[in-house]
Amino acid sequence: MTGKRILAFLAHRLAIFAYVVFALFPLYWLLKVSVTPNKLLYSEGIRMWPSRTSFEHFEFVLRHSDFPVFFKNSLIVSGSTAVIVTALASLAGYALSRFGFRGKYWIVALMLLTQMFPLVMLVAPIFKMLSPLGLTNSLTGLILVYTAFNIPFATFLMQSFFDGIPKDLEEAAMIDGATQFVAFRQIILPLTLPGIAATLGFVFTAAWSELLFSLMLISGNDAATFPVGLLSFVSKFSVDFGQMMAAGVLALIPACLFFLLIQRYLVQGLTAGAVKG
Amino acid sequence: MASIDISAIRKSYGILPVLHGIDLEIRDGEFVVLVGPSGCGKSTLLRMIAGLEAVTSGEIRIDGKRVNDLAPKDRDIAMVFQSYALYPHMSVAKNMSYSLRLRKTPAEKIASVVAGAATKLGLDPLMERRPRALSGGQRQRVAMGRAIVREPKAFLFDEPLSNLDARLREQMRAEIKKLHQDLGATSIYVTHDQIEAMTLADRIVAMHGGIVQQVGSPLELYDNPANLFVAGFIGSPGMNFFEGRYMRSGETASFALTGGAVLPLPSTANLPDGSRATLGIRPEHVILGAEGPDAMLAKVDLVEPTGFGIIVHLTLGSVAFKAFTLDRRFLGMQGEVAVRLPVPNLHFFDEAGRKV
Amino acid sequence: MTSHAAREGGSRIDRPPLKKRLADASAPYLYTAPALILIVTVMLVPLVLGISYAFRDIQLLNPFSGGFIGLDHFKALSQDQNFYRALRNTLWWTGWSVLLQFVFGLILALLLDKPFHGRAIVQALVFLPWAVPSFLAGLNWAWLFNPVVGPLPHWMFALGLMSEPSNILSDPQLALWGPIIANVWWGIPFFAITLLAALQAIPRDLYEAASIDGAGPVQRFFSITLPFLAPTIAITVLLRTVWISNFADLIIVMTNGGPADRSQIVASYIFTQAFKRLDFGYASAIALVLLMLLITYSMLIVVLRQWLLSKD
Ligand SMILES: Nc1ncnc2c1ncn2[C@@H]1O[C@H](COP(=O)(O)OP(=O)(O)OP(=O)(O)O)[C@@H](O)[C@H]1O
Ligand SMILES: [Mg+2]
Repeated sequence: MTGKRILAFLAHRLAIFAYVVFALFPLYWLLKVSVTPNKLLYSEGIRMWPSRTSFEHFEFVLRHSDFPVFFKNSLIVSGSTAVIVTALASLAGYALSRFGFRGKYWIVALMLLTQMFPLVMLVAPIFKMLSPLGLTNSLTGLILVYTAFNIPFATFLMQSFFDGIPKDLEEAAMIDGATQFVAFRQIILPLTLPGIAATLGFVFTAAWSELLFSLMLISGNDAATFPVGLLSFVSKFSVDFGQMMAAGVLALIPACLFFLLIQRYLVQGLTAGAVKG
Repeated sequence: MASIDISAIRKSYGILPVLHGIDLEIRDGEFVVLVGPSGCGKSTLLRMIAGLEAVTSGEIRIDGKRVNDLAPKDRDIAMVFQSYALYPHMSVAKNMSYSLRLRKTPAEKIASVVAGAATKLGLDPLMERRPRALSGGQRQRVAMGRAIVREPKAFLFDEPLSNLDARLREQMRAEIKKLHQDLGATSIYVTHDQIEAMTLADRIVAMHGGIVQQVGSPLELYDNPANLFVAGFIGSPGMNFFEGRYMRSGETASFALTGGAVLPLPSTANLPDGSRATLGIRPEHVILGAEGPDAMLAKVDLVEPTGFGIIVHLTLGSVAFKAFTLDRRFLGMQGEVAVRLPVPNLHFFDEAGRKV
Repeated sequence: MTSHAAREGGSRIDRPPLKKRLADASAPYLYTAPALILIVTVMLVPLVLGISYAFRDIQLLNPFSGGFIGLDHFKALSQDQNFYRALRNTLWWTGWSVLLQFVFGLILALLLDKPFHGRAIVQALVFLPWAVPSFLAGLNWAWLFNPVVGPLPHWMFALGLMSEPSNILSDPQLALWGPIIANVWWGIPFFAITLLAALQAIPRDLYEAASIDGAGPVQRFFSITLPFLAPTIAITVLLRTVWISNFADLIIVMTNGGPADRSQIVASYIFTQAFKRLDFGYASAIALVLLMLLITYSMLIVVLRQWLLSKD
């Protein structure tokens, strides 16, 4: 029995270790390439760690490229999108969780349907609609588009968090003298904070990575987001992989930080609601 | 404080009717207890009074003012939930003061009222804790505290004690009774617990299938149940029922039990000769070890000592029934025993289940 | 509400004042309106426009294009061998990606379900790939598969899986596997997170009861865990299947559909038509077919689910 236990214990740890290695190794490689000096990039291409490291790529990216602008743009776009989506999805998710009303199933069906669109199909029409409004080549336009794309999933996510909160609480608040909206704001929202954090993080990472629409709606460097900027390393004649990877590492930082902060809430919140339905 | 008038209230969820026309007048300061089996619509009625559930038809008046269309916040009533529904992110003090803060009560007034309620409920040392860090009984008290700080027109309770253990329930029951004597507040109280209903109520409302079966003081319902449902529901252990046929011949009558035995009755009841009927008798009225011409032999199935008394399970013919006695002689009883069903304690119900 | 009262035996119907009825009835719509307006204007309207493109001749560089051409695109599509290959590849890509993501995600969720020392940090680390922008993940994996700068071909050679360290992304037979592996790496966390959440919602006493009844770990898994997870698995697999068959980033970044269109899936084929050939009309026609296929698939799943539910 104890022999079996030890074996199970070892197998468990070994499997966990394998997963961690599998998850981190590509990221490790990204980091490795970003600190490899150009001269060694190909000659020591498959060494686990270069014989000499340097931060020249990082320095170049930060000092001599437009990357800080891309970075700032991406922060503005992803941050605003995350905040707006979370606010609107909270409202919509609350309605889906708490009210029965005519058309509810149509709304759910519409939101599910949007998950099936090949987004490529929307590029040209959206461009056509936004350009007379002056919303192409602008961060506002990008925020608008990302917000719409992310709302359906965020709404389902928030709904599942609300489903996990007993209805009694807002009824008690309403009897205590609150309107339904005040009860929502003062009682339910504070209790959904983990869910809000999870949704914020989820939308932030999604917007942070989006490439297609950013590429299509933005033409100048001024309003470009960082995925587009990263591609600009590729499209030039000499593809500078070292610099690109350095930029990639830098770009990973906020997304990863955000994600590390919220992943706990994501599981917690989903436990509360989503899985029951 | 206020009176509550409910007239011809109906409720349907979708096409499913739940309440079928409830009429009830609750006087100012009265303590009314709603009892009935699970699913009979007690919570629904309570929630409609609170304004949490829309009224399908009928009218609710609080203090003579129609409130059908008022939001819960404008009805000025307090409610204690079975789950307590304490706000998990607020301290006990914040939980209790929430309603006052919503009403923009001055801070000094809030502080004094909350402190008063806390003292009354023995919550003083807990005021800064979160609900998570409280025991079930303490949570229950906070829920009560949250209700009383407002001095509302009426209190609604939906099975407030059902999550507590028996001992604590007894204690809280007494506290609620004391509180009611202090505040004299109009209260509507839903419970499954016989003893809570009997001890707390000025009047009990027995409900079944969305219909009020009987309204009256606890002893009225106990001594004089209006129908089979109330007779069987009120009292524990419940009333015994024997089905049979009522026979009358001139000035005397008798009751033929389905098992075969015949019970002579000295006086007549308001039943036609030969009609099917049900006879009921409470277990404590069954006389064990009886002698005399009207004694019948019953088989002893089981003897259950409760400490306070003894419940004896018997079979008469093929009908099972119970007797309750304080006499410990019957503890070791076996085989057969002579029983008597004293006529003054008998209840007769006609075929439709109405008391006659 | 009122009609029900009427059905209940003609009692007097009690109507609240108009203002209150309006306020009550409009509340849910007010809550959902901002989200709905955005979805309709930024997604649904463009979708309808996009669908209309499928019946028009829309070429970005041709100023004379734009006329209605009826079903011409669809006729061309039915003759398009590349499209059929892309369709087969889509099945292959979606099927393997979902299957592997699901299996490894489930195993990971099971591994993380029981508390152990350092679980929080392990959980954070193994979920990290999800935060990596998809095309960065693609670039990085393309790098890893490259024998000049990546270790993977050399490892596979050392293990005897390859006769020489070469790039699978340029092998017509294997090219699709590169993006599939990257996709599995990237998508495991999604399954793991949702399944872990579902696992943690299973009441613990069920397991205790089962082990008291003498069920071993394997029996417990099949008699408790799996049935409890089934609804979550169904909905997650459905959503993921739809999503992955639409997900072209990795393929575009890693192989660009090549070599010789061998790793093209429908979604990346649409992308190629739209942005390489600049033929938006044809691209929209393909996209419309893909949308129809996905809707049909989802309906089938929903109907199947209803049928299974109604059976027991
Ligand atoms: N939101 C709802 N939708 C549909 N039916 C409902 C709803 N709420 C309650 N019901 C039904 O209405 C009936 C009465 O419910 P109610 O909660 O009032 O019962 P109750 O008397 O309080 O029961 P219990 O003693 O178990 O609390 C039940 O049959 C219940 O199934
Ligand atoms: Mg109830």
